[in-house]
Amino acid sequence: MELYLDLISPPCRSVYLFATAVGIPFEFKLVELLEGKQYSEEFGKLNIVRKIPVLKDGSFILTESTAILMYLVQKCSSAVADHWFPANLQQRARVNEYLSWQHLNLRTHCAKVFLLKTLYPFAMGSEVPKEKMDAALDDMKQSLDLLEEKFLLDKPFILGDNISLADLVAVVELMQPLGSGVNSLESRPRLMAWKERVKKKLGEELFDQAHQKLLEAKGLQQEIQNSPHLQKLQPVFVKLFR
Amino acid sequence: MAVELFLDLFSQPCRAVYIFAKKNNIPFEFRRISLMDGEHFGEEFGKINLMRKVPALRDGDFYLAESIAIMIYLAEKFETPDFWYPTDIRQRARVNEYLSWQHQGIRTHSSKVFWLRVMIPMVMGVEVPKEKMDAALEDLNSSLKLIEEKFLDDRPFIAGDQVSLADIVAIVEIMQPVGSGLDVFQGRLKLSAWRDRVQAAIGKELFDEAHQAILGAQENVKLLDPTVLQASKSKILRYFM
Repeated sequence: MELYLDLISPPCRSVYLFATAVGIPFEFKLVELLEGKQYSEEFGKLNIVRKIPVLKDGSFILTESTAILMYLVQKCSSAVADHWFPANLQQRARVNEYLSWQHLNLRTHCAKVFLLKTLYPFAMGSEVPKEKMDAALDDMKQSLDLLEEKFLLDKPFILGDNISLADLVAVVELMQPLGSGVNSLESRPRLMAWKERVKKKLGEELFDQAHQKLLEAKGLQQEIQNSPHLQKLQPVFVKLFR
Repeated sequence: MAVELFLDLFSQPCRAVYIFAKKNNIPFEFRRISLMDGEHFGEEFGKINLMRKVPALRDGDFYLAESIAIMIYLAEKFETPDFWYPTDIRQRARVNEYLSWQHQGIRTHSSKVFWLRVMIPMVMGVEVPKEKMDAALEDLNSSLKLIEEKFLDDRPFIAGDQVSLADIVAIVEIMQPVGSGLDVFQGRLKLSAWRDRVQAAIGKELFDEAHQAILGAQENVKLLDPTVLQASKSKILRYFM
């Protein structure tokens, strides 16, 4: 089984962390986003949407991290403990509820903060207007507030006593702004404590390793500015910010 | 007590839940939440769903938001025919793949086109800059192209030979711009043929009933009290423009 990934991307991290943590064997196929490899002809044959992660299991190709995670749970059911995606109807509904909500909320808002900081100057040829950045930070705050006040509350994990796909998918998105120097966890002790619990359940070393590329990307903005591969993609990136 | 579904058929995800529940004869109480009258901001509804969005479900003391989670919950609780959410691992993956992609893939764009064509100019009286409208239409067109090329390809339905949750969720989104007077099916043979198949699978009567509100949108919005949206005006404009 092959997983096409770049760990700078949150949905790639959730798939990587899950497969590795539960011991599902796979071949890691790097698709270097900073080199624009998702726009190569070869990758286009694999996924016309030109996004990662992608799973290739024999002749079966699957995109979308949440679909991939559920596929892995179903395929490797004997190796995957029930708490990840409980068979109980209402508990499973809770996971599905979070996985659905997060696309247009936490994911979109954390990604926007990250992209405004790292990609906007390159795409638009100027610094991010303060108004735009403030709006993005405000949206992110609202999503983080909902994560705390609706989904997590005072429970150890989103579903209760044990970790599930919901926590995994949430934590990787929440980490993304940190790669651009924005501390999403600032003044949020409840989320900080939850993040540490999630990290422990996954394996601290594994969690750190998965986030290394993101957190050690010093001068990511500069790297993007200087990248010859990304020059021709500038018009594509402009669309992200219009 | 039966399951309660809090819905406004103006909203795409509400239509999907409604169509699925009705088609499968799932007993439920229809609790109308009028978005245009701002009922989702009421105190009562805030207790049903903190996020103040529809659809929402109440089953005894179990509350659930998010249309996809609701439909899967109903499918499994009421043991609907397998094809709606197939147990076969690859078919289920295809359905899950579409249900995931569609949030940003089409929902965002179909909502935006509707707001830019109807709500913002006609209800809020704000002019929409041409480049914003063009950009939104471009995004919608790209999405429709992807639906035809990747999600349908040469299959009769998204998951394969039979209709599934993916097709319902897809069609209600595509109908939203239609409600704004934009015939997105024109010139798209594959999409039109698929729409006909989905309508037949759902039942034309149910399909038409579910879409009555949105298809009458351009007329109905003239009767709206614009002050309802005033409070959210800056937020709406920031979001869509």
